[in-house]
Amino acid sequence: GKYSRKVLKLKRNVVELFLMAVDGGHRDGGCDWDGRWNHVTKFLERPGPFTHPDFEPSTESLQFLLETCTVLVIGAGGLGCELLKDLALSGFRLIHVVDMDTIDLSNLNRQFLFRPKDVGRPKAEVAADFINSRIPGCKVVPHFKKIQDFDDSFYRQFHIIVCGLDSIIARRWMNGMLISLLSYEDGVLDPSSIIPLIDGGTEGFKGNARVVLPGMTACIDCTLELYPPQINFPMCTIASMPRLPEHCIEYARILQWPKDKPFGETSLDGDNPEHIQWVFERAQERAAQFNITGVTYRLTQGVVKRIIPAVASTNAVIAAACATEVFKIATSAYIPLNNYLVFNDVDGLYTYTFEAERKENCSACSQVPQDLQFPSSAKLQDVLEYLTENASLQMKSPAITTTLEGKNKTLYLQSVKSIEERTRPNLCKTLKELGLSDGQELAVADVTTPQTVLFKLNFTT
Amino acid sequence: MAATKASKEQKYDRQLRLWGDHGQESLESAHVCLINATATGTEILKNLVLPGIGAFTIVDGHTVSGEDVGNNLNLIFWVLMVDPLDFNRAQAATELLQELNSDVSGNFVEESPNKLLDNNPEFFNRFTIVIGVQLPESTCLRLDSVLWSASVPFLVCKSYGLIGYMRLVVQEHSVIESHPDNALEDLRLNQPFAELKNHIQSYDLDSMDKKDHSHTPWIIIVAKHLERWLSEHNLQPPKNYKEKEAFRQFIREGIRKKENGVPEDEENFEEAIKNVNTALNPTKIPSTVEDLFNSEECNDVTSQTPSFWVMLRAVKEFALNEGNGSLPVRGTIPDMIADSQKFINLQNVYREKAMQDAAAVSKHVECLLQSIGKYIANRRCRCLGKNSSFLRVVRCRSLAEEYSVDTVNKDEITSSMDNPDSEMVFYLMLRSVDRFYQQHSRYPGKAKVYTALSLINVRLCIHPLCYDDCRYGAAEPHTVAAFLGGSAAQEAIKIISHQFVPFNNTFIYNAMSQTSATLQL
Repeated sequence: GKYSRKVLKLKRNVVELFLMAVDGGHRDGGCDWDGRWNHVTKFLERPGPFTHPDFEPSTESLQFLLETCTVLVIGAGGLGCELLKDLALSGFRLIHVVDMDTIDLSNLNRQFLFRPKDVGRPKAEVAADFINSRIPGCKVVPHFKKIQDFDDSFYRQFHIIVCGLDSIIARRWMNGMLISLLSYEDGVLDPSSIIPLIDGGTEGFKGNARVVLPGMTACIDCTLELYPPQINFPMCTIASMPRLPEHCIEYARILQWPKDKPFGETSLDGDNPEHIQWVFERAQERAAQFNITGVTYRLTQGVVKRIIPAVASTNAVIAAACATEVFKIATSAYIPLNNYLVFNDVDGLYTYTFEAERKENCSACSQVPQDLQFPSSAKLQDVLEYLTENASLQMKSPAITTTLEGKNKTLYLQSVKSIEERTRPNLCKTLKELGLSDGQELAVADVTTPQTVLFKLNFTT
Repeated sequence: MAATKASKEQKYDRQLRLWGDHGQESLESAHVCLINATATGTEILKNLVLPGIGAFTIVDGHTVSGEDVGNNLNLIFWVLMVDPLDFNRAQAATELLQELNSDVSGNFVEESPNKLLDNNPEFFNRFTIVIGVQLPESTCLRLDSVLWSASVPFLVCKSYGLIGYMRLVVQEHSVIESHPDNALEDLRLNQPFAELKNHIQSYDLDSMDKKDHSHTPWIIIVAKHLERWLSEHNLQPPKNYKEKEAFRQFIREGIRKKENGVPEDEENFEEAIKNVNTALNPTKIPSTVEDLFNSEECNDVTSQTPSFWVMLRAVKEFALNEGNGSLPVRGTIPDMIADSQKFINLQNVYREKAMQDAAAVSKHVECLLQSIGKYIANRRCRCLGKNSSFLRVVRCRSLAEEYSVDTVNKDEITSSMDNPDSEMVFYLMLRSVDRFYQQHSRYPGKAKVYTALSLINVRLCIHPLCYDDCRYGAAEPHTVAAFLGGSAAQEAIKIISHQFVPFNNTFIYNAMSQTSATLQL
């Protein structure tokens, strides 16, 4: 052909990369790896071969993977099932899995470690059983628990943590936990205290996979703006100006259920078909009043449970990308993803890979106390709103405490009813009235982080 | 019976929200053929069995010996007993994949595809789609020829180490429901249809009371201000940034003021200002649809014409007649601040117009069908009107065209090679490795790569240091197989359901850099 005349100059490393790529999958290597391909980075100076700059991936790194490397998988759902399989079939043998949920029928279109007979059983346990009985030598340890049930001593034992969560709050908590494990000597980060966090997320035909090296790369909170806050319909729309079928459903769920108490004192359970049916019927009635069409049982369930559509394929892709990163980091044979991959297969297949940047004043990983700029005449309510509405903070129900006259004082706390009632009047008081001064440190606790976040008050007037 | 239907709805709930009951029906009527139950093959099929395809057939003549089982972890996963006796890969894979979903029926044929083509060339014609995994070049080309003539879509997949490859071969694939991510609204504000004009006319912003004024939909607000603007600007709508800014300011001046001159809090006006760009989008037929209108199939409708083109022609006829140069009105509007009645009334104006237009399109369909003596199930026409802006046709070249020296896509290859990071390099490598295999019945060691590359007549300047002697073969690491498994399965679902748009026509995934590229070869 004509094009054969053209001499194509290829960079040497591209050819070598291909050769490495094709050869890299072999378990027993049999190949003399050139030392320069080992991208050993200091943070991997953990028990194992990473201390040696010239280590040989064909022998020691694979050995590490098979015999020593302990991985934690968070979530045993759509991503979790895929992750467990991927890791087990890549040679990992010491795996823990945490999941607080039980199996539902609607999981079975993608969470393939489960069968109809398993409905109702804990996901972590069934998943572990399946893998352990299928892959000889693989030991998956299940934990039917919330991630918050464990403390730092649990998380410290892992070399790598990979998340397949469906909650941003949980992700941020995990992120905060790993940041809290970092140790600094004379202001310098000790690389051996870093536990890499691989995080995957999917929604319909979209997904993303990212690599977080706590203290080194962008963390989950550094890029919080990538997760736009969940939109809830305004109450006045729901209460008096519905336009969409969703508004009618929310009316039944938020206003009518607490008022009518159709099943006594029981709170609305999205998994109870009777509850959904009740909400569906009330929503239909309301819709009829306003000539709104489109209220269906499926929509009702979707709104009440905040259902996100899901298929097997997207979960398979994202989990595979995450597992590839776990493999790369564990064997130290390739440069890990740096550091964010986006995937979308609605129209063809689209991927975009970029380096998310650390935020200088990130509330989770920057170690600097967060600045709070308010006039002394601002009310505590204003501070609370800022903490929840600011795109970089997005706290859920922050509890604010401070030290006044040498004593710890709770300014406002929502999660305990008695304390909420006692501290509620503080919301209407100004910062000055509460006795706070310029430069005062406020400690804020929230579900989005395992450690309190320190804020520094800066009076603007 | 009712119990099974209800539990199926529950089981598939999360995916029904993506492709609907009709999409699920098309899946359940599909029969997928997988050639070669390798790690990649079983991963692809798993992601088709789980969502409930009707049936699958695995064609695989490979017998796996005890030695191989140890290396092929994927088979260990899918095989209950790890018994080092010879077993047929097709049968083992079928049993285990079947077990994932009792709604699916699985079959296997212990035969190589070449043998099947020799003895029964029409074997593959029965399938909705054929997926070929880790197939040598010659087998791919044979299948390409047979499936192309039979109009059966063919998806070729390969994993080589950390590289994944997919190639879609389909002559013509039409999509009505493409579900685009970011579709422009169809508001018709630059050319309001009669009913919309009348509805806008029924509003008199100045005489409204405070409550009504601040709960008027932004569409009305923009329309009213646009009317005034047009009369003052020689019927020219705001076009550039400066004019649009002026228009926004003009709307802002429409906000009622309190006695002290401070503007009221009118969120609907703020919404109008924010949505000026959206509102001023001209109504026009997208170029993708124009191209379809101009194609031969659309203009030359006969009894052989596939249904899609008959329907497309009907849309074109509508555009030329009732539509006055525009497509049928879509009928949806975004939510906006307004009281219920105003919003619902406005929404109904668009909805009723959409129904009218859809009925007109249906009439054109009927006329066309009558003239050519054909029948189309009504269901297919129903979503035509509201999807008319999103109609897509994907045409992929055959493998024969890609591989032939006369029709190889040189331009795409050479222009991609200008970019040193392009995944095109891996495409060339895969082709050369395949060609080497073709001639030597094994994969090349490192030292032979240069030879392999010469087989496809690509001369390279390579640093001599790359010639270490090292054995390697077509390794299939699980995570790459799994990535391809998800990707390929979804493309197959797109082909089967005719929803969402398939890729065209080559996809390469690089697990080392976590990048990918779609090439048209």
